Order: sequence, then C-alpha cells, then structure tokens
Amino acid sequence: MTTLDASVPRPAQRPASDRDNYLTHARGFLSWAFTLDHKRIGVMYLVSTLGAFLLGGLLAMLIRTELLTPGPTVIDADTYNNVFTLHGAIMIFLFLIPVIPAALGNFVLPLMLGAKDVAFPRMNLLSYWIYATGGIMLLGVLLTGGLDTGWTFYTPYSTTTNTSVGLATLAVFILGFGNIFTGVNFITTIHKLRLPGQTWSKLPLFIWAQYATSVIQILATPVLGITVLLIFIERVMGVGIFDPNLGGDPVLYQHFFWFYSHPAVYIMVLPAMGVISELISVFSRKPIFGYKAIAGSSLAIAIVGFFVWGHHMFTSGQSNLAGTIFSILTYAVAIPSAIKVFNWVATMYKGNIRLDAPMIYALSFLWLFGIGGLTGLFLGNLGVDLHLHDTYFVVAHFHYVMVGGTLAAFLGALHYWWPKMFGRMYNEPLARICAVLVFLGFNLTFFVQFIAGTKGMPRRYFNYLPEFTVYHQISSAGAFLTGLAFFIILYYLLVSLVRGRPAPANPWGGATLEWQTTSPPHPHNFPEPPVLTGPYEFSALVFDEEVGGYVLRPERAGGAPSGAEGHR
Amino acid sequence: MSHGAGAADLHHEERPELQHHFETPEQQFESGKFGMWVFLATEILLFGGLFCAYAVYRALHPEVFVYASLFLDRVLGGINTLVLICSSFTMAWGVRAAQLGQRRLLIVLLGLTILGGLGFMGIKYVEYEHKWKAGLLWGTHYRSQADGHALHHGDAGTEGHGVAPDGHAEPDGHASEPGAAAEQAAPDPRAGLPPAAAAALPPTVPVPEGRTFGDGENASLIPPAAVGPVGVRPPEPAEDDDDLARRLRNEPRNVHLFFGIYFTMTGLHALHVIVGMILIGYVMARAIRGDFGPRYFTPVDIVGLYWHLVDLIWIFLFPLLYLIE
Repeated sequence: MTTLDASVPRPAQRPASDRDNYLTHARGFLSWAFTLDHKRIGVMYLVSTLGAFLLGGLLAMLIRTELLTPGPTVIDADTYNNVFTLHGAIMIFLFLIPVIPAALGNFVLPLMLGAKDVAFPRMNLLSYWIYATGGIMLLGVLLTGGLDTGWTFYTPYSTTTNTSVGLATLAVFILGFGNIFTGVNFITTIHKLRLPGQTWSKLPLFIWAQYATSVIQILATPVLGITVLLIFIERVMGVGIFDPNLGGDPVLYQHFFWFYSHPAVYIMVLPAMGVISELISVFSRKPIFGYKAIAGSSLAIAIVGFFVWGHHMFTSGQSNLAGTIFSILTYAVAIPSAIKVFNWVATMYKGNIRLDAPMIYALSFLWLFGIGGLTGLFLGNLGVDLHLHDTYFVVAHFHYVMVGGTLAAFLGALHYWWPKMFGRMYNEPLARICAVLVFLGFNLTFFVQFIAGTKGMPRRYFNYLPEFTVYHQISSAGAFLTGLAFFIILYYLLVSLVRGRPAPANPWGGATLEWQTTSPPHPHNFPEPPVLTGPYEFSALVFDEEVGGYVLRPERAGGAPSGAEGHR
Repeated sequence: MSHGAGAADLHHEERPELQHHFETPEQQFESGKFGMWVFLATEILLFGGLFCAYAVYRALHPEVFVYASLFLDRVLGGINTLVLICSSFTMAWGVRAAQLGQRRLLIVLLGLTILGGLGFMGIKYVEYEHKWKAGLLWGTHYRSQADGHALHHGDAGTEGHGVAPDGHAEPDGHASEPGAAAEQAAPDPRAGLPPAAAAALPPTVPVPEGRTFGDGENASLIPPAAVGPVGVRPPEPAEDDDDLARRLRNEPRNVHLFFGIYFTMTGLHALHVIVGMILIGYVMARAIRGDFGPRYFTPVDIVGLYWHLVDLIWIFLFPLLYLIE
C-alpha cells in the first residue's frame, strides 16, 4: 500500500474543507448539542466514550500500580475497592456497551443502508443526552461516597453498604434507556430505511451484527433496568425483595442481573465481530467467505446468549440440574462464535492481504478473541469452574474477550472509518507500530493472569501472597506498555485532524455504500444517489491514481447521472 | 425513492409532516408504528422481570400470597379493570375517528380516554390510601394484620391507627399465636453484640454495626438462611366471620413480601398510566390544532398502541394480585 503512504501529497485531491460536509455545515456549540444528524451524534458519542475510556484506563493503571507489591503500595484497601469497581462500571456501561454500536454504528449504519438518517433522529439525540446524563451521574459517585460493590452490585452487600449505590443504580437505569432507544432506532432503520433493492442478503455483515446487537439491547436492557430499580427502592424504601433478613432471595438478584449482563457481553462483542467481518474482507481483497453462516451466527449468538446466564452462578447454590443445563448451553454458544472465526480465516485464505493498521487489529482480534473464547469453555465446565471461579483466570478470560476482542475491533474500526469521519489520513507507519504494541502489551498484561488464576490468585483482592508477585509485576509492565500505546494513538489521531493528508472517498477499497459518499460525508449523506453494489463486490471497484483511492468502475458508475433513477 | 430532486421533494412540499429523511408518508408511518412495536417489546420485558419475581416468590411462599390476598379489594380492582378496558375502547375508536377525519369525535374520544386514566388513578389512590393506613406495606413498614383491623374498610382512618407506619413493624414476621400480636414487637433478635464478644473478634474483621442473629448460645454474625416453602394451607371450609378471624390470626411470616411486589408492580404500572395520559394529552392538543386526518394520523395510532399495552399489563396484574383465592 505504498500508494496510500501518508507522506505522499496528492495535488489532484481537493482539500476536504472546501466542500460542504457535516462537520462544517453548521458551527457552534448549539449546532452540535441539538443536532439531529446521525453523523454528528456518532461523533459526540465517540468523544464521550473515549473520555470514559481515558478515565477507566487511568483507573486500570492505578490498579496495576497498586498491585506491583503485596500489601499497600500507593492506595489503601477501601480506595482499591472503589477503584476497581469504578474501572469496571465505567468501562462496561460508559465505554464498551456504547462504543461500537452508538458511536461508530450511529455514524456508519445509515450510510451503509444508503439512508439519509436513522428512522428517529430526535430519539437518537435523546439517547445521547440520556447517555451523557447517566454518565455524569455514574461519575458523580466519585464525589458522593464512592462505590465498592464491584460493577455487579451483588445483594445483600449492595443494599447495606453506605457507599453511593443508590446514585450508581439510578445512573445505570438511565443509561439503559439510552441503549434501548438506540436499539429501537437501529432495528427500525434496518427494517424500513434500506435502499430499494438492498435485500437482507445484500446487507453488510456489520449491519447484521448491529441488528443482532439491537435485539439484545431491547430485550435484555429492560430487565437490568427493573433489577437496579429494585435495588434502588430496596435501599431507599426498604422493600425486602432481595434481603434474606426479610425473606427475600439474594440469588434471585443474581439471576436477574446475569439475565441482562451475560447478553450484555454479546452487546459488546457482536458489533466487534461485525467490524471484523468488514475488515478481513476488505483487507484481503476477497468477498467474505460464508456470508449466510456469519449473518446467521450473529442471530444465533443473540438468541442462545439469552439462555446461558446461569454459568455465572455455578457456585451460588443453584441446583445441579440447572448448572448442567447452563453448562451445556454455554458450550452451545461457542459454536456460532467458532463458525465466524473459521469463516474469517477462510476469507483470508489465498486473499491479497494488506497489513494496514485496521487489518493488524483484525488479526489481533482473531488471536485474542480465540484465546478468550477457548478459555471461556474452561469456565463453562462445571467442575473446572469450581476451581477457577473468582480467580484471576476469570479476569484474564473476560479481558481477552472484552479488551482483546471488543477494544481491538474498535481500534481497527476507528482507524478504518477515521478517514471517512474526519476526512484525514493518519500516520500509517506509526499506527501499525502502535497496533503491534497494543497486541504485545495486552498479552503481557493478561496472559500471566491465566497462570496466576490457575494457581489460586483470587480476583478483586487488594493483597496477595508473595509468590504471586512476579505475575503481578509482569502484568503491570504490560499494562503500562498498553497505556503508552494508547497515548501514542491519541496523539497521531489528533495530529491527523490538523495535518493529515486529505482522505479520498474510498481509501481502503471498501465496497459498502459509505465509501461512495465524500470524506467527510455531505450533511445529507449522499449528494448523488449511491450505486447499489454488493457489500463485498470488490470487482466493481478500481484504484484511481489521480484520486488516490478507489472508485467505481465506469461501467458500474455509469447510467446514473444525477436526477436519473436508473440505479433502481 | 429518488435521493435527488424530483417526486420526493414535491411530496415534502405538500406534506409538512413528512420528515426530511423519509421518502414517502407510508415509509414514515410504517417506521413509526414498527418502532413503537419494538419499544413495546422492551416494556414487556421490563414488567417481565417483575412477573418473574412474582412467580418465584409465589412458588417459595404460597401461604403469603393466599393470606395477603384477603386484603385486596376485588370490587375496586374489578371496577378499575372495566375502566381501563373502556378507555382502551375509546382509544381504539379515536384512532378510527382520526383515520376518517372526524376531528370533533376524535377530541371527545381522547378526552374520554384521559378521563378513564384519571378514574383509574383515583380508584388506585383509594386503594393505596387504605393500605397505607392499615400498614399493609412493604419490608419493615408492614404491620401485623392478626387483629383484623385492616378489614374494617370504612373506619380504617378513624380507628386511630395513625397514618405513618409506626413502631410495631415486624422485621421478621413471626408466625402469630392468637392474640400475641401486640407483644411480639418487644425483643429485637438482632440486639447489640456483647462488648466482650466484639473484643474477642479478630480486629481485621469488620463487625456490621454490632448486629447478631439469634440469641444466647446460638448468637451468630451470619444471618439465618431464608425460609423455604411451607406449602399451601388446606382450603377453608366456610367464609363466616369466625373463620375469617381465625384465618387472620394464622398470619404467616413475611407477608410484607407480597406487598413489596404489589406496590412495585402496580406503582410501575401507575407510572405508565400517567405517561400514557400525558402522551394522549399531547395528541389531543394536536388534534385540536387539526393536525390529523385520513392522510396523517401516525401519532394517534402509536400512542394508542402504547395505551393498549398499559391496559394489557393491568389485565395480567388484576388476576395475579387480586384473584389469588
């Protein structure tokens, strides 16, 4: 890909700032705060979620610093409990859940459908402000007594501790509405606002993944809502539904909580899988292998994912029969995930692979999600889980899925769509170095935690036995390396906004519709009606030296002069 | 469905209600209705959690539900069911009126629907007030009913029971001996931990505000496990006064669980009724302005869908809560 090197200027390219685009169309704070444009709402989500990621990441660094030595290192035990709780709550509710669907999905989804906007733009804006309100409330616990329950809010501790559980549960309740509105919006948009002729089998796989995600969001999130509401009224009014002293059942809380929170794992990882389907195909220059299998497995994961929550409760006193059934179903959900991985690998087979930064992230996803998924099978096994439950093995497992999976895919997607969103190319060599650094640093951080966990290091502990010191120190070193890589990424992305080479409409050769509009897109998305091509029909594209990117072959682009309706 | 100039823009000029990102009024209508159906699915799941809690506790403590159902007023609940069904009818008729462009009829019907909602809330208020005064409440606010004071509907307020739930709430809900209700409040089983015992504990273990469970030799920091199902009592032979008094005295433990669920479910439902009335009020204001007709009635239709769901949830709540026995 020397032709796309950031250092080569393209005189033929008109600077993006000359054209009317969604970024320059209107100016001022209010034009952003009250915008109904899905692209701007996506950017607002992106900035907010990245802010949350920065905060959650700094808390992670604090955790890893504290664990450098046994016993107190820089903070005391109560502070430590607050720090890991807030790290989890911020990363999950404010970053991982909204980051791909709400930030990137909001931007890309209508473009991929050739639509002018999502179905309900006002509800879209409302969902952002609900997110912002809930986020501020969640951060408010920092000032109002902290939060030391873990992000899971397990009863009866969460209903008796004097930290700020009330505010936190209310924040989670409110955040849930933002998710629900986004889900309703996306499902309706996908059903009703597709380009004529764009049938379900011509949808990009990212759309299929978003669809499956939205189904989970609308069906699981309300259950979380009612659950945290019950905790809230139990704390405020003394309703004893989860209080064993009053005949209530704390295990019921765990059932309710995981009925949402296990599907929530798929809310976080399914969009990531959708991104990977796009990246692998585009950067291998090959149509995706097994389109229907990948699309169907997204729905299968969404459906089966609703029936595995009990595997979080193998040690909570549920019956052996229930445990066995949940264990079997947990194994079953591995099948659609594996189907996806095999199809991605088959897509790369004999492909013309280009190792641009997004593709490096996609390859790291395959490795990290593979390890995360396979260790999930250890934990889904009843007998093995009794040993590994609540150890660092679990911590390593879900970080491999959530960070190795979702975060790697998010970074890949961010680099992939960055030129489209902001009309600028970033520093590609530096981006590749950072992608490798993130991969190495991440493995250094979390692989040793599998070993520490197997040897019995319990999770969430402030203190540990001296024999675990070496694992914790390796882990911390990896965390600092990863953190450094994130700051470099932030640096070159910000620099690219000012000094980056103007991006062509289609720098990577993607065949999905968002690459047909300008970079950054027109306020109404498509100044010219998009030409409907297959989402992986790369033969319709050709590289144009003059433009510096890919364009439709003349025979495909022709026959649709502006105003004509020949493309139907 | 052209994205450029042409037929679509003509539509936009003729139809001020058509939003810019839709190509045709049909697409806008279908999107709105589809979105509402999807949202109703989330509403069902929201209440689904509570129905699930209801099922679990009814399976664990059937005797609590049988006993507590003595205190629900089936007449008022039945009237409320009728009121809501009628308001659903006026709402559905209202949608039809909007489709046919019968503006005055639409306004009247929407008004009747709001009236139905207000009537429902009024009756709910009467029921809540009675329960509040009688101490038929959640958690530690529950007051033992063994003396039967709650069943004297008319004079519940004049008997001097006081409005706020008072001191003789029973956290542990003892199974009552006949006539023993008054004395039971005296010893709190979670009395203070003896100082000697507290000193004997390792200093690193936080003592939860000096609470123990049980007393004497059996004192423990660990709370006793929740009590499992004890089975349904055999059906009562007759409904005469003596029998009722006997049933009241046989108060099972943890009756407050039922009222916790009752108030959460009906409270959340009442909240939905209020939201529904606000939405209908908004639609009514637009109807008065003359926004609706055969070509555009989407808001009436989707608010109607929401109102029917609110009614439907009550149709499930009523038998589950009021018609237990």
